[in-house]
Amino acid sequence: MRSFSYERAASPGAAAAAAASTANAKFIAGGTNLLDLMKLEIETPAHLIDVNDLALDRIEETADGGLRIGALVRNTELAADARVRRDYGVLSRALLAGASGQLRNKATTAGNLLQRTRCPYFYDTNLPCNKRKPGSGCAAIGGFGRQHAVVGASEACIATHPSDMAVAMRVLDAVVETVRPDGTTRSIPIAELHRLPGDSPEIETVLQPGELITAVVLPRPVGGTQAYRKVRDRASYAFALVSVAAIVQPDGTGRVALGGVAHKPWRVEAADAELPRGAKAVTARLLGDAKPTKDNAYKLPLAERTLAAVLRDPRA
Amino acid sequence: MRFEHPATFNPIDQLKVIGHPTSRIEGPLKTTGTAPYAYERHDVVANQAYGCVVGSAIGKGRIAAIDLEAAKAAPGVLAIVTAENAGKLGKGERNAAPLLGGPEIAHYHQAVAIAVASTFEQARAAVQLIRIDYAKGDSKFDLAAVLDTAGTPNPSFGGPADTDIGDFATAFAVAPVQLDATYTTPDQGHAMMEPHASIAAWDGDKLTVWTSNQMIAWGVEDLAKTLGIPKENVRLISPYIGGGFGGKLFLRADVLLAALGARAAGRPVKVALQRPLMFNNTTHRPATIQRIRIGAERDGKITAIGHESWSGNVIGGEPEMAVSQTRLLYAGANRMTATRLAALDLPEGNAMRAPGEASGMMALEIAVDELADKLGIDPVALRITNDTQVDPEHPERHFSQRQLVQCLNEGAARFGWNKRNPKPGQVRDGRWLIGMGVAAAFRNNLVTKSAARVRLDQQGRVTVETDMTDIGTGSYTIIAQTAAEMMGVPLEKVVVRLGDSDFPVSCGSGGQWGGNNSTAGVYAACVKLREAIAQKLGINSEEAVFADGVVRTGNRNVPLAQAAGGGDLVAEDAIEYGDLAKTYQQSTFGAHFVEVGVDADTAEIRVRRMLAVCAAGRILNPKAARSQVIGAMTMGVGAALMEDLVVDKRHGLFITHDLAAYEVPVHADIPHQDMVFLDETDPMSSPMKAKGVAELGICGVAAAVANAVYNATGVRVREYPITLDKLLAQMPEPV
Ligand SMILES: Cc1cc2nc3c(=O)[nH]c(=O)nc-3n(C[C@H](O)[C@H](O)[C@H](O)COP(=O)(O)OP(=O)(O)OC[C@H]3O[C@@H](n4cnc5c(N)ncnc54)[C@H](O)[C@@H]3O)c2cc1C
Ligand code: SF4
Repeated sequence: MRSFSYERAASPGAAAAAAASTANAKFIAGGTNLLDLMKLEIETPAHLIDVNDLALDRIEETADGGLRIGALVRNTELAADARVRRDYGVLSRALLAGASGQLRNKATTAGNLLQRTRCPYFYDTNLPCNKRKPGSGCAAIGGFGRQHAVVGASEACIATHPSDMAVAMRVLDAVVETVRPDGTTRSIPIAELHRLPGDSPEIETVLQPGELITAVVLPRPVGGTQAYRKVRDRASYAFALVSVAAIVQPDGTGRVALGGVAHKPWRVEAADAELPRGAKAVTARLLGDAKPTKDNAYKLPLAERTLAAVLRDPRA
Repeated sequence: MRFEHPATFNPIDQLKVIGHPTSRIEGPLKTTGTAPYAYERHDVVANQAYGCVVGSAIGKGRIAAIDLEAAKAAPGVLAIVTAENAGKLGKGERNAAPLLGGPEIAHYHQAVAIAVASTFEQARAAVQLIRIDYAKGDSKFDLAAVLDTAGTPNPSFGGPADTDIGDFATAFAVAPVQLDATYTTPDQGHAMMEPHASIAAWDGDKLTVWTSNQMIAWGVEDLAKTLGIPKENVRLISPYIGGGFGGKLFLRADVLLAALGARAAGRPVKVALQRPLMFNNTTHRPATIQRIRIGAERDGKITAIGHESWSGNVIGGEPEMAVSQTRLLYAGANRMTATRLAALDLPEGNAMRAPGEASGMMALEIAVDELADKLGIDPVALRITNDTQVDPEHPERHFSQRQLVQCLNEGAARFGWNKRNPKPGQVRDGRWLIGMGVAAAFRNNLVTKSAARVRLDQQGRVTVETDMTDIGTGSYTIIAQTAAEMMGVPLEKVVVRLGDSDFPVSCGSGGQWGGNNSTAGVYAACVKLREAIAQKLGINSEEAVFADGVVRTGNRNVPLAQAAGGGDLVAEDAIEYGDLAKTYQQSTFGAHFVEVGVDADTAEIRVRRMLAVCAAGRILNPKAARSQVIGAMTMGVGAALMEDLVVDKRHGLFITHDLAAYEVPVHADIPHQDMVFLDETDPMSSPMKAKGVAELGICGVAAAVANAVYNATGVRVREYPITLDKLLAQMPEPV
């Protein structure tokens, strides 16, 4: 771990301004991802801005009947919130499928969205990785790729986004609210927050330098039966091989997003329209452009079968 | 004491203390966090500095250039040791690859440097400033690709490379039912909780190391040899060990680098191997490719059984002896085994819990299930049909005890085996396809010399000292039980001190030999102490009864403490063995029963129920022994379903080298576990009449899981671990 300086920001605007004015600064929230990466010198910030005091830890109702989730709301608290459990079951389920109780107590809403990939080559600083060291190559391509992306990947990077929560947020059409170093705010639809790797896998979101997430807004509840199904080798404490977030209405229409298949939560609106025709039709649209490797080709039938199971019995 | 004849009645048979499910006597220290592990020995020596290890960034080749300037100048740095400035180093008897690499690199993450600094953070930051240029060399990282180059090894344990009895080829060719299948097991890591950790301190030319090691005497010998100093100048202390599973049998880089770092810095130095380094830096269970051929009559009688295994290792490393159990487990007149070893440039392979046996049983016990399927015979019945009470290669040699059939029958009854549908893929519970599997458990009992010293003091306290280790197994407790039984005192009057090279040399912890041999050594020392006490009291030791804290002859009762009135009485002895292990085959047996559910859609595999029935000699402490077996069953589930040190064949490393990527079972994976010991005493094993259990417990588990998965789905997977991607393509269409 490199030495770094540290400050506690007093307001969201001040945090963003400080991040822009200090070289190589990073926000720290729960620290459950950032500190691990710093110990391995995968992240080497020179300055940390602690955002835990920013009073962004509330869940409030919005004027149009939705929920505004503060960026610092802990995963445990969010999963347990009565309104979330009642109206956004997919989110509560996704959160509880992630990490462990101890980690969820620390992990924050913003930190969870911005957690970095679990590609094992990203974690070994001896090996080439375009995300960690732009231009060095991608060791995962041609290597151990069982966990990697089947769709939306590039020749520079085939990593997946590991978050469960983000997949649920995607199917709920959440909107991310931010404040920028100049004090202006903006709202970013979750669909646009994460980028595909393209030629610059090191740039993972559309956030600008110093831009701070202040909240995530859920639109008013859409009802339906909400399911999150996470498939993994061991029963707990493992990242998804494939996950399915689905909201199915009584008339058979609904929405689907997949985790574990791409560099971002994967949803294709045109695929939602296929829902009444069943899992095969939906996955054909969702993963039609998939380019799997020998190691991860199983994710295609797995996604389809998992979706079929969810549609058959969303409560299982 | 030489043990040459079958044990007769002795004080252990009173079973006043031995055989009771006593809770671990050091348990409160561990649950309250007051049992100090090596890295936490802040108390033992002042002025400790911190070391951080650099592992090689390449799998094979050499260091072309190394630049230490920036690191040396970093804050707090006291010393940096590399092969260049370490001085001349030897190599331990039990190490194949050097523990400090450079300029030659033998494997990925082989230690190449240690930075020593005043704080841990400074040391960790400094290692990142060490610049090393490597030149990659020719390398071989893919076992399957180098099979042709595999040679015939000369294994130092586990039997010869080739065995051949009768005429296997002909018998197999003419057998009416034949099975010929190839199985693979991956490289596996020990993944114990406590990393390899040491504190080293020099006092002149004398070196003391507080460490975490299973085999104290081996460690002393190999450390002295590596440093080129006399054994007498080295002391190892390792009273508490947070798991080892064979990964701490040998001297490893933490010890050597702490010693070198301390010498260079002129201060004591502590080192813990960083977790992501452990998997490639230390040893692992090597991958195998195994071919099994079995020929049988239609009634199930095996007529031919052949088992071949290939594994790889660094030059000087041993083969994985995966075929050894096949020589003994089932009857059959015509038999062969073959072990081949290829040179690989991966990290060094060595012992992990039931080395050889676990890997071999993973394959053999699937093969037997496949044969049962072909024959249309129940797999429990098939195993019973082929039971043997003698060594099949040497029929004049009997098993000292062999209750495999009893284990299978008892297990089948308790598990409800008769409810298993022999036709796979038939049983459903909601979304789950349900299957049951069985496998035999079988591991040999090893006898080896073990010494101890016992002391009686004026308070009537008995103190046992031996360099035996407790790796979480319960050594402290069974040793205390042994001494209490022998001396006729309550447990509270016994003090056990372990894991110090100043104490008499024990068998150490490994190969499931620790329990039986170390307590037998304590037994021997106690017999001597009883004689010394009798002599002191002027009575005949043959007639003396040691019970309730007194020595009784006729109607004379003398408090034990009185014998030490003039000063402590001390006795030291070792148990040593005659030929009983040669004239009899000493083994432990069991049967594993497993029920799994396989998700009909996703093919996720979840274990639902497990049962092990074991027969393993006298069970010295049923609670500790049970813990060993259920721990081993858990590890077997890991082997079956998830553990996999995946080889990156281009870069030459295990890429799954942290606990996120190398998955082991979590609580949610381990449901109802049950285990039962059959009554058994084995007078051939030692005066304790005990044998080992800790490795028996893992042998066969993975195959029982694999067989249950087959019974659930009809999909046979022969490549471990059995993960859903290997099932999906052949799974029945979802309904
Ligand atoms: C062992 C383990 C298992 C896990 N398993 C799972 C799992 O199964 N599923 C899953 O989804 N996740 C899993 N996680 C990941 C976990 O969810 C994340 O580590 C956590 O959500 C990150 O939140 P944090 O607040 O600790 O983020 P931090 O580590 O504090 O920060 C993460 C990143 O977000 C940035 N950041 C934080 N707050 C803001 C903000 N307000 N605005 C802008 N940037 C910000 C930081 O600068 C940093 O780059 C696991 C983690 C561990 C360690
Ligand atoms: S997949 Fe992406 S994260 Fe993984 S090695 Fe390649 S570039 Fe790095």
